Order: sequence, then C-alpha cells, then structure tokens
Amino acid sequence: MLLRTAWRRAAAAVPVAPGPNSTAPTRGLRLRGTLRALLAATVPAGADLPPWRGDAPEYYTASLFLVDHATQSDVPSATATPPQAESELRPLYMDVQATTPLDPRVLDAMIPYLVNYYGNPHSRTHAYGWESEAAMEHARQQVASLIGADPREIIFTSGATESNNIAIKELESAIQPDTSLVSVMTVNNEIGVKQPIAEIGRICSSRKVYFHTDAAQAVGKIPLDVNDMKIDLMSISGHKIYGPKGVGAIYIRRRPRVRVEALQSGGGQERGMRSGTVPTPLVVGLGAACEVAQQEMEYDHKRISKLAERLTQKIMKSLPDVVMNGDPEHHYPGCINLSFAYVEGESLLMALKDVALSSGSACTSASLEPSYVLRAIGTDEDLAHSSIRFGIGRFTTEEEVDYTVEKCIHHVKRLREMSPLWEMVQDGIDLKSIKWTQH
Amino acid sequence: MAASSRAQVLDLYRAMLRESKHFSAYNYRTYAVRRIRDAFRENKNVKDPVEIQALVNKAKRDLGIIRRQNAVKIAPTQRPRGIPTESVRNQQ
Repeated sequence: MLLRTAWRRAAAAVPVAPGPNSTAPTRGLRLRGTLRALLAATVPAGADLPPWRGDAPEYYTASLFLVDHATQSDVPSATATPPQAESELRPLYMDVQATTPLDPRVLDAMIPYLVNYYGNPHSRTHAYGWESEAAMEHARQQVASLIGADPREIIFTSGATESNNIAIKELESAIQPDTSLVSVMTVNNEIGVKQPIAEIGRICSSRKVYFHTDAAQAVGKIPLDVNDMKIDLMSISGHKIYGPKGVGAIYIRRRPRVRVEALQSGGGQERGMRSGTVPTPLVVGLGAACEVAQQEMEYDHKRISKLAERLTQKIMKSLPDVVMNGDPEHHYPGCINLSFAYVEGESLLMALKDVALSSGSACTSASLEPSYVLRAIGTDEDLAHSSIRFGIGRFTTEEEVDYTVEKCIHHVKRLREMSPLWEMVQDGIDLKSIKWTQH
Repeated sequence: MAASSRAQVLDLYRAMLRESKHFSAYNYRTYAVRRIRDAFRENKNVKDPVEIQALVNKAKRDLGIIRRQNAVKIAPTQRPRGIPTESVRNQQ
C-alpha cells in the first residue's frame, strides 16, 4: 500500500518496516529512521541492489534540505498543495546547446556521494575509498556503454574543452607525413548539422591518421559507436547531456593504441593521463546521465523532432524571408538556427526577453562578430547577423515551443515594421543593387 | 514473487502521476507526467510476466526517485543578486 508523504503524519503513523539494505551504515538520527521506514516500505522486497545505485534511501534526512530561509516554512510539503516555486516567473529555457538542466535521475544518483559516501576514490585503505572507487568505475562503465567503448578507454576530465586539449596536444607534434590528426565536431553546436563521421572515420583509418571528434552535443542524442565509426579519440561533456557541470570524459582508443600526453601532471591518477582526484559525485552524475541518455535516446529524438518540426513550420508559415541555416538533411533536430532577414539578431533577442535564447555559440557570444560557422557555410553578412538559435531538449514542452513561436512572430513583424530595409524590399527595391554612399 | 496484477500496475501508475505533480519545477513536472504516461502506454500490451515484473520494478525505483527528489526542496529560495524581482513576463 502506498503511503502519503506528509512527514509529520508519517512519523507518527508508520510502523517500522524491515529495510531491504540492513548493511548500510545507520547513523542514529531519529528523523532519518522515520524516513527510512517510510521509504523502505515503498522499495520492493526484491530490489537488492548495491547502495550506490541510488536505491537505498538512507542517505537523505528531511532536515538537511529544509532550506527556505526566505519564507520560514519548516516542513517540505509534499502534500497536494500547489508548488509555490513558480510564483517567481523566470524566462523559458530554449538554450540547451549552451547547457542543460540536471535530469532528476542524475541528481538522485549524485546526492549519496555528496552527502554520505564522500571518500576519495584513490584511497586504497578504507571503505570510503573503496566504495567511492567502485562508484567511479561503475560510472566509467556507463559512459563506455553509451558509445560502444571499453571502460579502460575512458578517462575522466573536467569537461570537453580539457578533453579536446589533451587530444590535440601531443598528436600535433607526432611525426606523420602530412596530417597527424583530423578533428571534427560530431554535431555542430550552432546550426545542428551532423558531420558524416562514419565516412571520415573510414578515410582516416585507411590513411593511418588519428581521428578525433568533439561529441559534446552528440553523445546520448544520436547513436554513436566508436568502433563502427572508427573514432580514435572522442570528447564528452557532462553538462550537455543533462549531467553536472565541471565534468567530462575523453575516449582514447586502446587497440590500436593511441598515445596522448597528459596536460596536467601530479599523482598519476587516471592511468597517468589526467592527474588530480577524480570527483566522484560528478563522475557518478556523468555516468547516470549517460545511462539515462541511452535509455531515453529514441523517445527523446522522436519527441524533439516533432517539436522542431512544429517550431519551424509555424514560423516559416507565418513569416516570409526566414532562412534555416544548415543542411536540412543531415541535421540534429534539437538545434534550429534561423535567420530572419531585415531584423537584427541582437534586437530580436532583447525583444524576446522572456525566452532564454542565443544567437550563436555561447563560448563566443561575448564578441560582436557574426558566427564563424555561418560565415563558413556561406551565409550573407546581413543574414549572419540576424540569426537566432532555438534549442529544444528533453524537458521542452509543446507550450514552451508555442509561446516562443508566437512571441518570435510578433516581434519579428514589429521589428520589420520599423526597418527601412524592409520598407524598401516591400517597394520592390533590390537591396543588392543599392550603392550606399560613403561619408 | 508473484507477477504484478493489473490492479497493482494501475495503482503504481496513479501513484507515480500523483507524486510527479509535486515537482516544483515546471519542466521536471511536465516531463515526469508525460514520460510516465507514454511509458505505461507503450508497454500496455506486454504479455510476458517476467518482462512485466522487470518493468514494474523499474517503475518502483523511479517512483522512489521522484519521491526523494520532491523531498529535496530545490525551489529557488535565495534569488541571485543583481536580478530584478518583478516578474519578467508581466512587463510585456
């Protein structure tokens, strides 16, 4: 029978049920015992999984998280009252290429390692170290299975940027006839185009050239297999796949062996390729994110494709002179880059202030230059300045897409009304034929 | 352990939907409700009792995750400094 989760009632009424994991450490907090009983009664008797898989609920106490200094409410209300958090409105989030929110399943996997099982995974002499190491190796297995690799080929780093640097550093100076390394982004973060990785891999392996790919935007979203695609090095980023920030991984092929040089020297952790204590909570989060991504890939892809179709169709139907940047055939649906002619991109972004959007890559957004990607695909300067990137992710809803579309159409129309270029176009003047005078 | 009956599966479904509505974040709330509905709908016609039990066990684990995550008060309590407090949408 399923229990209500009102803490006070539960504390009084719940009989102490025998928990399935009696080997887990008990620390003697009264409330924790109640919580254990409460949640133990809902864990099925057959689920005897090791505690670090997140099934044993003992790691929580209600008191740890009763943080609401502003409102002074003392009990985490899980009753039927409507959630109060949304009384403060924040913009819709449509910028998943920049970063993604944590999936609740990922946070659930991480919390034990932030609160209870806080050992250093490189400590060899006590249980804290052993359990932390076991969690780290389990996470390594989860990452490896997402890309078809062997766990020994995964090195944890602080993110895809560090992974990229490790991959490129030594190989640039390796002695090879012409090229020593080909490095390609699997899915472009600005226009969403998918590169023909399998073909490139085949060519590289036949010419004996190392092939590195930055798969930060692709891992967990499209199927990737390092053996099918003959990838030698791959960079993975945690926070692009609903995992935590500050962690990533690099895949380094073992057969045939790819040699890389370490960027940072120290205690020789991670087979000497990346010294520094491995942050167990973060890598557990990365592993959980990879496992969730593997399970959800098909469902997410179908849904995101549908939403992307909806967004582009609605916008293109209501507005003329909108160009989608990037090859429509080889395209990851969750990243839509549209150029609205005769509208300046920054002013459109400012107008759409209750939707979190971006006009180009977050890592280069500080500069005012138009995106190098758009320039490279041959977009006109003026269209490159008017591009907006819409990001659709696992948690994006249909309402959010509809709201974004509606606001976008409204503001583009409004900005075009104000634009003298638009007026000239309406009057039939060909803008390319105008000779702008120079002062 | 005897295979789960239809009634048990329905109870589990209702419990998961009920718990999911407690997520304070809009995106998590809508995702959980939608995913649960779609997952139960997709597996509607599974006949093999072993497979059914495996799915039910996974669902129970996920129900545990939802309950634990709702117990953690993740709502933004301290607004970051430097950001105006009026609702942005009301300015439209």
